[in-house]
Amino acid sequence: MARIGVYVCHCGGNISEVIDVKEVAAFAGEKSDVVIAKDETHMCSDVGQQLILNDIKEHKLDKVVIAACSPQFQGATFMRTVESAGLSPYVMEMANIREQCSWPHFDFPKDATEKAKDLTDMAIAKARLDESLKKKMMPIGKRVLIVGGGIAGIQAALDLGDAGFKVYLVEKDPSIGGHMTQLSRTFPTEDCAACILSPKMADVPVNPNIELLTYSEVKNIEGFLGNYEVRIEKKPTYVDPAKCTCCDDCVDVCPAKVPNEYEEGLTTRKAIYLPNPIAVPHSYVIDVESCLGQVPLACTKCFDVCEPGAINYDQYAEEINITVDTIIMATGFEIFDATQKAVYGFGKYENVITAMDMERLIVHGAEGSPLRATGNRIAFIQCVGSRDEQVGNENCSRICCMYATKLSQLLKRSDPKRDIYVFYTDLRAYGKGFEEYYKRAQGDGVKFIRGRVAEVIENSKTKKLTLKVEDTLTRNIIESEFDLVVLSVGLRPNGGTDKVANMLRISKSPDGFLQEAHPKFRPVDTLIEGVFLAGTVQGPKDIPDTVAQASAASSRAIRLMNKGEYEAEPITATVDEDICCGCAICVSTCPYDAIKIEVSGDRRVAEVNEMLCKGCGSCAAACPSGASQQNWFKTEQLRAMLSAAL
Amino acid sequence: MKNNSNPKIIVFCCNWCSYAGADGAGVARIKIKPYFRIIRTMCSSRIDPELVLEAFEKGAWGVVVLGCHLGDCHYKNGNYKTLRRINLLKKTLKQFGIEDERLRLDWISASEGARFAKIVNETVDAIEKLGPLEVKM
Repeated sequence: MARIGVYVCHCGGNISEVIDVKEVAAFAGEKSDVVIAKDETHMCSDVGQQLILNDIKEHKLDKVVIAACSPQFQGATFMRTVESAGLSPYVMEMANIREQCSWPHFDFPKDATEKAKDLTDMAIAKARLDESLKKKMMPIGKRVLIVGGGIAGIQAALDLGDAGFKVYLVEKDPSIGGHMTQLSRTFPTEDCAACILSPKMADVPVNPNIELLTYSEVKNIEGFLGNYEVRIEKKPTYVDPAKCTCCDDCVDVCPAKVPNEYEEGLTTRKAIYLPNPIAVPHSYVIDVESCLGQVPLACTKCFDVCEPGAINYDQYAEEINITVDTIIMATGFEIFDATQKAVYGFGKYENVITAMDMERLIVHGAEGSPLRATGNRIAFIQCVGSRDEQVGNENCSRICCMYATKLSQLLKRSDPKRDIYVFYTDLRAYGKGFEEYYKRAQGDGVKFIRGRVAEVIENSKTKKLTLKVEDTLTRNIIESEFDLVVLSVGLRPNGGTDKVANMLRISKSPDGFLQEAHPKFRPVDTLIEGVFLAGTVQGPKDIPDTVAQASAASSRAIRLMNKGEYEAEPITATVDEDICCGCAICVSTCPYDAIKIEVSGDRRVAEVNEMLCKGCGSCAAACPSGASQQNWFKTEQLRAMLSAAL
Repeated sequence: MKNNSNPKIIVFCCNWCSYAGADGAGVARIKIKPYFRIIRTMCSSRIDPELVLEAFEKGAWGVVVLGCHLGDCHYKNGNYKTLRRINLLKKTLKQFGIEDERLRLDWISASEGARFAKIVNETVDAIEKLGPLEVKM
């Protein structure tokens, strides 16, 4: 006979405003084996947990049922509560009467109360049959894979490396640094982006715990927490970084010119090039797609001119296989492709550029070598590719209001004669120091007009651009001519993210960014054990938030790895040897090769390796005799829940 | 058996995708008809077809089995096993004259709360029309 305590939570009204919690508690109190049934405003609070602890002692409870929120929300909390009273955490059952009852059924309070009773009854039925399972301790190492070498990946790598963990930092481009290397200044402090980033980049290759794999891509990941097997392909650069002195002689002679992606295509580069001025590793790379001389060797100009002999055409792609314990995804973003917003004429009109183009123009302007003329009348159009159902992106990209505020100020201050307008939907200056920064831009004379620009029209002779927009504060229709239009493009998930996310089966949010395990309390975890998110891979964010999240992700990874062992759930498969006939159907069903047939004499019996079993339960479903079972999800438990529900 | 005037639908959800999706529907306060009861397992491949039959035997008007999208299974390929098992079961049910709408197999990601609500509401609507299950042997 079980001794069950049932607790019905009000959740401060979240539940009790829809469901009659007293009725549910009274109903539960009538059930067999239920010794005590109560309702309480906040079961997860100290008071609520203490209530459970006292009752376990006083009423000698051996099972606890909590009718409250989702077990995915507070399940771990209540498991710890019963564990601290000396019970197995697996004698605690939750009835989800919030997410799956009071919230979606707020319009049907009577039916919701009936449903809450059923859900509680189902949890009681399962609890009766719960066994006192114990958590297993599993060994874990101290190796981390970080995918993506932008500021998020760099910060996470440095945190983990400094803390003594082995880091493999994989970056698909020839240099780490990501988009931040392209920026002029950072808002709201106007630090020079390259100046604050380059020391961090330089710290990476000298950290003894970080193995930097640039120009490399993750090709495959298999496994689980504590044992992720990763296959990486490192592309050849055809230049030996140890010998390359970055003298630039090769660049001078290289005949192949291509658009320079680092400069957003505003300038060209050669086929042999330094990825950016602060590149780490600081070495030239031959871009084999544009090089003339590879197969067959038609041009060897760089090779001929390279004095230290750093160029080696015989390099091949290298396959690197590593095993890691945890993984941090930091694959970042790409900017919205503004050609999708045809009404603004990007790609068609020469004087329509993106904000990233403007970053590069400002950097070159400050260095005294402007890439192009900007003219005096400049307009910024906000929310290009953000908050726009027409292009399928409903989300706000968070950073565009502030970067436009920054760019407009930098332009205005470098030449006060400039007439600068920012056309915005809403001006969102939510961060520390942002509102003050926005006011400063207004003070500097940047004009902010609330209105979504309908159309940009080019005068084919003068190449000047006319904007049509309604000022929604004054209700005036504005038609005004500008020399240059800057599109404040939003952030989209990086195109490379999907491939790696699919290998790990990480969920995506509807906006395409990767989904965190819980929006409030597990913002850098994923639902995949040992896989964490850092930076814009999870959603648009600015640099301080990205850095904070990267440090949070490393700390979450350290939490799992630091002790050298972790608690694994004992919800593995078991086999009842007396019933098992050794048919081996379970062996072929198991996705982890965790089951094998033991033969002794003429007896054949399936045996589960608990270290390998991940607890999916597919063997239990397949077993024809019922010998194979899954702990905590035994067939009789599921059947008991069905009986209670129906 | 309890009061049989309202539809009674059992929804089997896997822990990783569909249960989280169901929670998501609640968090977003999407209105769902209150006639379904969720049983959570770690993977949809835990759902033995016999359990589905038992649900019908015990009085369920309908059963919905929800897993992660194909290719997204937390346990490599569990949902493919579910796909094969439930499709086979659907054929068997048909031979007993049980309407196809009474058993639904579908896939929901952890972020698809709206999709969860839509699938459950569609199932409730279809099954309300059919009424309680009566098997004539």
